[in-house]
Amino acid sequence: MTAPFPTRKQEEWRYADLDALQPVWEQLGDVATLVLAAGESLEEMWLPIADDVQVRRVQLALGEGANARIFALNNAPVYGRIELEVSLAEGAEFELYAANIGAGLSTNEIVTNVKHVGEGGRSRQVIRSVLNGKAIGSYLGKVEVARGAQQTDAEQSVKAMLLDRGATANCKPELEIFADDVKCAHGATVGELDAMQLFYAESRGLDPASARALLLEGFVMGLWDSAGEADAIGDAARAALRRAA
Amino acid sequence: MLEITNLHATVADKPILNGVSLHVPAGEVHAIMGPNGSGKSTLAYVLAGRPGYEVSEGSATFGGADLLALEPHERAAAGLFLGFQYPVEIPGVSYLQFLRESLNSQRRSRGEAELSGGEFIKLAKAQATLLGMDAEMLKRPVNVGFSGGEKKRAEMVQMGIMNPKFAVLDETDSGLDIDALKAVGAGINRIMRAPEKGVLLITHYQRLLDYVEPDKVHVLRAGLIERSGGPELAHELEREGYAEAAA
Ligand SMILES: Nc1ncnc2c1ncn2[C@@H]1O[C@H](COP(=O)(O)OP(=O)(O)O)[C@@H](O)[C@H]1O
Ligand SMILES: [Mg+2]
Repeated sequence: MTAPFPTRKQEEWRYADLDALQPVWEQLGDVATLVLAAGESLEEMWLPIADDVQVRRVQLALGEGANARIFALNNAPVYGRIELEVSLAEGAEFELYAANIGAGLSTNEIVTNVKHVGEGGRSRQVIRSVLNGKAIGSYLGKVEVARGAQQTDAEQSVKAMLLDRGATANCKPELEIFADDVKCAHGATVGELDAMQLFYAESRGLDPASARALLLEGFVMGLWDSAGEADAIGDAARAALRRAA
Repeated sequence: MLEITNLHATVADKPILNGVSLHVPAGEVHAIMGPNGSGKSTLAYVLAGRPGYEVSEGSATFGGADLLALEPHERAAAGLFLGFQYPVEIPGVSYLQFLRESLNSQRRSRGEAELSGGEFIKLAKAQATLLGMDAEMLKRPVNVGFSGGEKKRAEMVQMGIMNPKFAVLDETDSGLDIDALKAVGAGINRIMRAPEKGVLLITHYQRLLDYVEPDKVHVLRAGLIERSGGPELAHELEREGYAEAAA
């Protein structure tokens, strides 16, 4: 059974395109569940499809010492949502490398809730958004560290590049920490390509426009540097960038 | 070949170069030495056209043309190469892609044919091998995860691939162990020692100059060339330090 239709009063749906979602909620509202037993590993690639509205809602439970790595490209023409709720038992590791690439009037969002339940868990979320036109790209990322989850190491790195004045990036990292010996780092930037990288590329002979295009590609493609097999997601991201840039 | 005349430059409104004059004829290697903060890297950046490094007076010509009127990528296409003191990391862009696009962009603007993927990989592998760098490293993102020495070696691989007319090498020797230093020295000689080429070698130490014998040595201090001399000046500086040598 599908969950009740969300409202904007719910924080995690605050920036969603509910008008686009309403007609397809019955098909897309379900939450998929993934459970990794102790010590198991998972690597997934989440690629976009052609539909106007794309929603992926996943609950992921990581047993002791389990590790999951998810690479995701969010690039829906109208509304795309990647929603992940993750729980980490002792020593579990979770990594998310995800891109919002949005053009035109689209809304693409990544909404995560990472719950460190056991000790010594590690989570790392790296989000890169490239937005043009009036596109909206959002990251809402909540990290909860339970009372017993000492030595948690949680990292969130969120960067966005806006290619037009009308584009919007929302970024809302949120921490709820109930343990005292934890490391939670988050950084967020919106804006410019790195001036030193640009100069380095130009000093090698790239004209400014080509240097920008290359760095923009790297800005996103760097997400897949640690992936085992990145050809498919890399090609999809490159194609999406070409449409957006 | 490179003619710098009374060059003044400011960075963030602070005067750093205060009238540098220097002439490197074709076929010569000139070393620039000098204490930290004397403006060596600033000179290198001004020659390569780094934004924010403003020339307030003076000129620099390269092969007779006004170097300072060119954009950084046009200087590269004209045959100028800067070996960075701190090579820049570019996550998400492989060395192969970076250098192939750069080289082909240079070749296009010179009206030369572009290299195909296969031709480029052959060239890149050959240059990496000559410099003792594992060619597999070229598949990795630009300088990401490279050690200090690997970055400097990679700069020289880039120079070999670009095959420039003139190289400004900013402390390419710092952070190198003795084997890497030999490889880099041999690379500079192989790639740049030619009657129609020139090198400005910025260095802190005599030791690279044991491998790349300079025709002239200049001492930069407080944004001015304070002394110039032959290779023996580098030995003198090594023995006596900058303060003594200046006196
Ligand atoms: N981006 C910058 N902003 C402000 N000052 C700078 C900048 N870069 C260099 N400088 C200053 O310019 C002077 C010369 O620096 P640099 O050219 O790097 O010297 P060197 O390479 O000889 O050690 C130093 O005083 C340094 O602090
Ligand atoms: Mg320097």
